[in-house]
Amino acid sequence: MLKKALTILCISTLLFGCDSAQWNNPHPSGDEGKVVLYSVFSAKPKNLDPVRTYNLDESTFIDQIYEPPLEYHYLKRPYVLQPMTLTAMPEVRYFDKEGRELPTDAANPAMSKYIFDIKPGILYQPHAAFALDKDGKPYYQFSSAAESARFKKLEDFSKTDTKELVAADYIYQFRRMADPTLQMPIWNIIEQYVQGMKETRAEIVEYRKNHSEGWIDLRQFDIAGIEEIDRYRFSVTINGKYPQFKYWLAFHFFAPVPMEVDRFYNQPGLADRNISLSYHPVGTGAYMMTKHNPHEEIVLERNPNYHENYYPSEGEPGDREKGLLDDAGKRLPFVDKIIFRYEKEAIPTWTKFLQGYYDRSGISSDSFDQAVVVNVEGIGLSEEMQSKGVRLNTSIEPATYYMGFNMLDPIVGDQKAVDKEKNRKLRQAIAIAFDEKEQVSIFRNGRGEVAMSPLPPGLFGYRSGEQGINPYVFEWKDGEAQRRSIEDAKQLLAEAGYPGGRDKTTGKPLVLNLDTTTGGSGGNARQNWLIKQFDKIGIQLNIRATDYNRFQDKMENGKAQIFFWGWFADYPDPENFLFLLYGPNGRVGSGGSGVNSSNYDNPEYNRLFDKMKNMEDSPERLEIIEKMIALYHRDVPWASSFHPQSFVLNNEWMKNYKPHGISQVTLKYQNIDVNLREQRRAEWNKPVLWPLFAMALIVIVVAIPGYKAHKRRQTRRGKD
Amino acid sequence: MLAYIIRRLLYALPILVGVNLITFALFFMVNSPDHMAQAQLGIKHITPEAIAQWKAERGYDKPLFVNDREDSEGLLTDTIFFEKSVKLFVFDFGKTDEGRSIATEIKQRMIPSLSVALPVFIIGLTVNICFSLIVVMFRASMFELAAMVLCVAMFSISGMFYIIGGQFIFGKTWNLVPVSGYLHGVDALRFLILPVFIGVIGGIGGGTRLYRMIFLEEANRDYIRTARAKGVSEYGILFKHLLPNGLIPILTGVVVIIPTLFMGSLLTESFFGIPGLGSFTIDGIQAQDFSIVRSMVFLGSVLYIIGLLLTDISYTWVDPRVRLS
Repeated sequence: MLKKALTILCISTLLFGCDSAQWNNPHPSGDEGKVVLYSVFSAKPKNLDPVRTYNLDESTFIDQIYEPPLEYHYLKRPYVLQPMTLTAMPEVRYFDKEGRELPTDAANPAMSKYIFDIKPGILYQPHAAFALDKDGKPYYQFSSAAESARFKKLEDFSKTDTKELVAADYIYQFRRMADPTLQMPIWNIIEQYVQGMKETRAEIVEYRKNHSEGWIDLRQFDIAGIEEIDRYRFSVTINGKYPQFKYWLAFHFFAPVPMEVDRFYNQPGLADRNISLSYHPVGTGAYMMTKHNPHEEIVLERNPNYHENYYPSEGEPGDREKGLLDDAGKRLPFVDKIIFRYEKEAIPTWTKFLQGYYDRSGISSDSFDQAVVVNVEGIGLSEEMQSKGVRLNTSIEPATYYMGFNMLDPIVGDQKAVDKEKNRKLRQAIAIAFDEKEQVSIFRNGRGEVAMSPLPPGLFGYRSGEQGINPYVFEWKDGEAQRRSIEDAKQLLAEAGYPGGRDKTTGKPLVLNLDTTTGGSGGNARQNWLIKQFDKIGIQLNIRATDYNRFQDKMENGKAQIFFWGWFADYPDPENFLFLLYGPNGRVGSGGSGVNSSNYDNPEYNRLFDKMKNMEDSPERLEIIEKMIALYHRDVPWASSFHPQSFVLNNEWMKNYKPHGISQVTLKYQNIDVNLREQRRAEWNKPVLWPLFAMALIVIVVAIPGYKAHKRRQTRRGKD
Repeated sequence: MLAYIIRRLLYALPILVGVNLITFALFFMVNSPDHMAQAQLGIKHITPEAIAQWKAERGYDKPLFVNDREDSEGLLTDTIFFEKSVKLFVFDFGKTDEGRSIATEIKQRMIPSLSVALPVFIIGLTVNICFSLIVVMFRASMFELAAMVLCVAMFSISGMFYIIGGQFIFGKTWNLVPVSGYLHGVDALRFLILPVFIGVIGGIGGGTRLYRMIFLEEANRDYIRTARAKGVSEYGILFKHLLPNGLIPILTGVVVIIPTLFMGSLLTESFFGIPGLGSFTIDGIQAQDFSIVRSMVFLGSVLYIIGLLLTDISYTWVDPRVRLS
C-alpha cells in the first residue's frame, strides 16, 4: 500500500515538475501570437477628454490616441518638434496692427498667423460616431434617454465606421476650448493669445442661457482668429509673438475632435452610463482604447486605420550604439496591444516585474537596494538584475523640486521686510547650511542633481560647470562645485542680525517654521535631518506637519514660511521655469492659482522676464536669462533645489526605450522580442511543487500520532 | 416576530441619520469643497473659476448645514448635507466626483468582494471550529499547550505580514499562484486561492482561541458529563452534543458579519489588487470623494444593522427558549 502511494507521488511530482505552464501568470490567455506590452497604472485617470485633462495620469493613455498637429522627435535631444499630422511645420507669418505682413524676423509684431497643412488621407479609428445609414445620416440617433437605454456600454454599438481627418476637426476643438462647461485648464493662455476666443466664449455662454439641455453644435460659433482655408488647411492668428505656442501645439488640448464625435456622445442618456468622451477617446493615433475599466485595466489596441508613420532614422550621438536605431525606417507601431493593469501596491508590482509579467518598472525606495548598486564607480545594476538581463535607463527629468521661502513673510521674505538686505543674508545663510546633495543621497537614493538655477539640464539657458554655479552658495574648487563653509553661513547670519542664531536685539533664539505634508516613520527621519541642517548655524527649525488641505490653505493665504514645492515642465522652454518667480504669478496675489509659490516679486526680474518670454532662442535671450538667474542667486527665493532623476528598468526583451522628459507619445516606438519574453517567463516561473508535498506529509505526520493518542484516550477512558 | 422586526427597522432610522451626520461632519472637518475640487482638477493651472464651476456642477456650492439665504423651507433643505443625505435613504447613491454611477460600481464590485470574503468566512469558520474542537478533545495535554502557544503567536502577527509573506512564498518563491490581480469568471479562481488561504490562516489564531474557550465552558457542563458517563464516544460528544450547544455564542459574533461580507476587506483587496468594495472605499478616501465615502459608510451601517437583526432572529432558531418580543 505504502509502495503504491509513493509511486503515485513520484509520478505526479514528475508530471507537475515537467509542466512548463506558469501557474503564477497574472495575465489572461488569448493574446498568443500578438505583441502585447504589459504595463501598470497606480493613479486612475479622471477624465480622458483632451480639452479637459492636464495630468500625467491621463496623458499616458490619451497621448497614444489623439494626434495634435505637432509632436516631439522621439530620439533627438535637446527636444525637437516635428509635424505629426501636418505635411510640414506650421508656416508662421507676422503682421503689424494694420494687417501688413512683416518680415519673418520681426521682433514685435502685432499678431502672428500660424498656417497648418494637414496630410490628406489620415483616418480616425473605427467608431460608432462615424457610422451612417443609407441616407448618409448618423446611424445612431436618439431623441430620448429611453431610446438609448439598450446601449449599456460603448461595445454595444456594433456598427462602426471612420472618417478622414480634416481642418474642420481641429477648428471644432478650438470651439470646444471656448466652451466654458469643458473647463480647459490653460484657458487663460488661450484667451490671452488666440484672437477671438474670448468673444466666442461669451457667445457660447449667452447661447447656453437659452439652450441648457441637449447637444450644442459648436460649428455655429465662429472664432475671429481661426480660418478654415480649405479641406486640409487652416490658420490660427494669435496676438503678438508667442514662440511657446508651438510647444502647446504638441499638447493633446489641440488634438482634433470632430463634430460627429461630439454629437454622438452628447445624445440623451449616454453620459449617465459613462458613454462619453471623458471615458472613451476617439482619435487618429497609433492606438485606440478598447477597454476602460479604471479599477481593473485599461487596454489600448493598434488602430487599424493608423496612417503611415515610420521609426526615426536619426537620433542623438550614441543612440545607434545603444540599438535605438535598429528599427529605423520601419512602420509604426510595433506593439499590437498594451494592457495597463491597475496596481496600487508597490511590492506586488515589483514582484511581477521580476517574474517577467510586467515589461517595465520604476524603482520604489523599498526595492532600490535590490535593483541598484551605488558605489564609487557610479550607479549600476545589482547582480540579480544583471543576471536577468534587465537594463537601467536613467535621465534627469525636466523638473525642479525646491525648498522655498515665502517672500511675503516678515522674517525670511523681503516684500514686507524693514531691512531687505538683512533678510536676504538670512536666506543666503540657510541656503549654504542646507546640504541638498546629502538630502538627495539619503532620501532619494541619489536620484537627483543639485540645481544651481530653476532651469533643468537640456533647456536653453542651462549652464553646467563653473559657469553655472550659484556663487552665493557654492564655490568652484578642485573641478567641482563645493558648498561654502558653515563659517561663511554663520557670518552671514550674524550680519543678518542673528549672531549664533539669536536675535541681536532681544537675545531670543531664531525659530523658523517649515510647513510640510510629510508624515509617518520615514518622515520622522527626514524631519530630524532637516532640523540638523538649520541647527548647523544655530537656527531652531519648527516643523509644522499638516495634512495636504491645510498646507494648500497656508500656501494660498501666504501663511507658510518655508515649504517644499516643485514644478514639472510643460514644454522645454526656459520661460516655463523662470515664470515660477515672476511677480504677477504670485500665489497669494493671484488668488491661489499662480505658479510663483514663493511670491517673489523683484521689479527688475519681472522686467527681464517680460522681455525674455516671447523671444526666440538667441544670444540676446541667453544674456537676459543669465541676468535673471543672477538675481535669483542673489535674492535666494529658494533655499535649495534639485532636478529629479528618473530610473526605469526594462526587461531584456524590451527594445527602443528612451526616456522622454516632455512627451508621452512614446508607446508607438516600443518593440518587444516576444519569443525571448516567453522563454524567460518559462525559465523564471517554474512551479515549485515539493513544498506542497512536504506540507501534506507534515499534516499526515501530525495527524497519525494525534489519531493514535485519541484512540488511546478513548480506550483508557473505557477501561476507567 | 414581524412586529419586532418592524420596530427594529424603525429604530434603525435615527441611527442611520446619526451615522450620516457624523460622517458628513468628520469629512468636512478635514476637507472643504474647494479641496475636493483641487484634488479632482489636478495641481497645475487651476483657476478659481474652474473650482467654482466644479462645485456648482456637483452641488457643492451650497452651505454645509444651514442656508441663511433661503426662507424657512430651504433653510435646511437647500444645503449640501440635506441634498447629499436624503437620497441615500432610498438607496440612490448618485455619482462619484468623477461622474461614475456609484450604484453600478457597487453592483460590479460586490462579486469580487464576495468571492474573497465568503470563502474566507465559510472555510475560516469551519477550520476554526474544527481546530478548537480538536484542542478541546486534547485538553489538559501538551498538545493543547502547544496549540495555544501557536495560536497566540499567530494571533499576534500582523495581517500585513501574512499577506506579504504569503505573496513572497507562494507567489514569488514557489511560483504556485499569481502574486496579485483579478480576472472575471473561472479565471478568478487562481487569483482567489492565495487571498482566501491567507485570510483563513490569518484568522486561525484568534478564532481557535475564542471557540476553544466557548467549547471548554460547554465541555464542563452536566449534560456532557452525563453523555460521557453513558459511554458516548468522544466524537459523538464533540459533534452531537458540544457543537450544537456551543453554536449559540458563536452565532453572536458570526451572523452579524454575514451581511458586511459584501463590503469586502480594505487591506486584502488593496494588496491583492481585487477590484472589490474595500478597494473602492480606499480609493474614495484617497481621492477625497465624499460621494463614495458617504455611500460606503451608509451601506456599511445598513448591512451592520441587518446583521444585528439577523443575529437576534438566529437566536430563536438555535435556542427555542429565546422568544423575540
